[in-house]
Amino acid sequence: MAKPSTSKRAPEQAAAAQPATPNRERPPEPKRHVADKAELLEYYRQMLLIRRFEERAGQLYGLGLIGGFCHLYIGQEAVAVGLQSALEIGKDSVITGYRDHGHMLAYGIDPKVIMAELTGRQAGISKGKGGSMHMFSVEHRFYGGHGIVGAQVSLGTGLAFKHKYSNDGGVCLAYFGDGATNQGQVYESFNMAELWKLPIIYVIENNQYAMGTSVNRSSAEDQLYKRGESFRIPGIQVDGMDVLAVRGAAATALEWVRAGKGPILLELKTYRYRGHSMSDPAKYRSRDEVQAVRDKSDPIEAVKRELAAVGVSEAEIKKIDNDIKAIVVEAADFAEQSPEPDASELYTDVLVETY
Amino acid sequence: MSIELKMPALSPTMEEGTLAKWLVKVGDEVKSGDILAEIETDKATMEFEAVDEGRITEILVAEGTDEVKVGTVIALIVGENDAAGDAKAKPEAAAPVVEEASEQQATAAVAPKSEKAPASLKIEPDVPAGTELVRTTVREALRDAMAEEMRADDRIFVMGEEVAEYQGAYKVTQGLLEEFGGRRVIDTPITEYGFAGVGTGAAMGGLRPIIEFMTFNFAMQAIDHIINSAAKTNYMSGGQMRCPIVFRGPNGAASRVGAQHSQNYAPWYASVPGLVVIAPYSAADAKGLLKAAIRSEDPVVFLENELLYGQSFDVPKLDDYVLPIGKANVVREGTDVTLVSYSIGVGVALDAAAELSAQGIEAEVVDLRTLRPLDTDTVLKSLAKTNRLVCVEEGWPVCSVSSEIMAVVMEHGFDDLDAPVLRVTNEDVPLPYAANLEKLALIRVADVVEAAKKVTYR
Repeated sequence: MAKPSTSKRAPEQAAAAQPATPNRERPPEPKRHVADKAELLEYYRQMLLIRRFEERAGQLYGLGLIGGFCHLYIGQEAVAVGLQSALEIGKDSVITGYRDHGHMLAYGIDPKVIMAELTGRQAGISKGKGGSMHMFSVEHRFYGGHGIVGAQVSLGTGLAFKHKYSNDGGVCLAYFGDGATNQGQVYESFNMAELWKLPIIYVIENNQYAMGTSVNRSSAEDQLYKRGESFRIPGIQVDGMDVLAVRGAAATALEWVRAGKGPILLELKTYRYRGHSMSDPAKYRSRDEVQAVRDKSDPIEAVKRELAAVGVSEAEIKKIDNDIKAIVVEAADFAEQSPEPDASELYTDVLVETY
Repeated sequence: MSIELKMPALSPTMEEGTLAKWLVKVGDEVKSGDILAEIETDKATMEFEAVDEGRITEILVAEGTDEVKVGTVIALIVGENDAAGDAKAKPEAAAPVVEEASEQQATAAVAPKSEKAPASLKIEPDVPAGTELVRTTVREALRDAMAEEMRADDRIFVMGEEVAEYQGAYKVTQGLLEEFGGRRVIDTPITEYGFAGVGTGAAMGGLRPIIEFMTFNFAMQAIDHIINSAAKTNYMSGGQMRCPIVFRGPNGAASRVGAQHSQNYAPWYASVPGLVVIAPYSAADAKGLLKAAIRSEDPVVFLENELLYGQSFDVPKLDDYVLPIGKANVVREGTDVTLVSYSIGVGVALDAAAELSAQGIEAEVVDLRTLRPLDTDTVLKSLAKTNRLVCVEEGWPVCSVSSEIMAVVMEHGFDDLDAPVLRVTNEDVPLPYAANLEKLALIRVADVVEAAKKVTYR
């Protein structure tokens, strides 16, 4: 049909025209990643490190060694590991909110300095002055660690602006939760990112609860992968409990962004087993709901099954388990035994320069 | 009866302009909507449209005339039904003149007149003797500072609303797009929270953004990033992650723009550890301190003032005029009382000092220039000399920079005081629109004079 006129279109024609045909290029559906044995072992190792690290952090919190707010990543491990394994450390940048321990471990940052930050010690990655929510490693291009819900989305868009401005080939991976998707600055950022074709992957870690409010109680459009569409940012929904599906989605997203096609949005459907923070009794959901996810969809158990399928023995897995346990024990001991910051640190790092 | 065509006010702060070009001549018939002339303000070239219908009978101001005051009759037209040649104006046409005049008075309540802007401001002591001084507007000085720094460092870029193609809402970024291109001079959508965050993120990533807010009133939407993201990150990261960024734009009252466009945010930002806050008065300070701000490794809030943009001051002609952050300047020496101020308040303090001098009281005027870190030494040193102090601030009184100065003086200068410290500030109300009320709400020279006399017991 050459003419766009629709005035005399029959009602049945209008109905038939309903499904929106893409009027612009879209990324292909991601393919589940096919991992070899070595890759699978590495995913398992990283995810288990996050799980055990977080369990130990929870213990230390209970003992009073970690204070304030402490948000654990247990249940969501496949997201950080699947996505960040596809990045180039030192070239691509990563930024996230306050639930940040897992993303740091997935980027290979030393568990000792992370745990020591949680216990507020001088040896912590932020000299004990940031805490659980405020950790950074400029060397790894890991830019935090931000406590204001949604702030990392604008900041990450700025990091992507830097990648483009400097033409350094890097991509920014900006994580935020389902709760942050209702913040206004997220959409201000989407608009600029698409307008300027910035190299950024927006990652919604949809763990289904913004503190105690479920997605459908807070979101008029609860299919969060669609949230970028009105800015022409393509969105893809991904099984965030399957590290291979996540890795496959990362490949698709990176290909899109590195080709200069602008931002892309991934919604990772995941689940946190623990409360929003250590002080959250999680009364807004049933124990059965949590247990069902653990039993049926645990991301680490899923990788274990993949490992068995490629012939990895129980003994090999057991050895990894023991290695991880040792690393976490060492990190916890280090974090307990390191001294607190010297009182003189109170006034350092307020400003860089002296005026 | 002739209708008088008057030089129009084309912006809230315009007092005069250049009649650049006439597009009509005597004898032409004009109707409503016709473009009669082009008028240059200090910000832009504007077209002047006819409102009335008729024939041009006289052109009273030739094209190319500079400094035509708002309200000056520039031409006469006569309507179709009127008898030609009547030189008397319509009586009702006189009404706007009164309005415009009172607007100018309201402006003058705070803004020093351009010709009165003190040439005698003390120039920095370390400027070499014999350095040529060039009369420069604050607007040009700010632009020059950005351009010079951008030439030297590719990491610096300017981002904000209308900074590029429009040449700046207040023309501060004029010419930058042409010189540096769209990669480094970037128009944003109207999205303060978003672009403040984008700039902050870019600074964390290693660039050196200059983020322009069309006014700091709009930065309230972005204050989360200025404070939570930019100011606190260096500390929270144990010194690992820096945020070298400049947030700049006009701050404080302009003229007749109402409460939402007229607030002075200096006390807000000056209360935040992790920020540097600068609020210059003169063009020389604007240039030297903006250059320093851009080079700083710390996040800087740089508070300008719309009424000062068009004011001219002497600026030393040096290849690289950079001033130290955190140093106040004694802009007028005196022995009897210290007037402490910043930004546009310095002009009020200087005008008051001139009046006081005529009455035999010699006031010393301290321009704080940087509000964080505050140069308390210079204030206390001046107090030790005069033993009396009055704060002058174009802003609200409660929890103000004046409040802080008074606390510092009480804590560290108590023994030097021969009288209680007083403050002259705006009234504690949202800024009203009505010309007379606005004038009443803003700081006035007379009040500073009165306060100075009170502390000197005269």
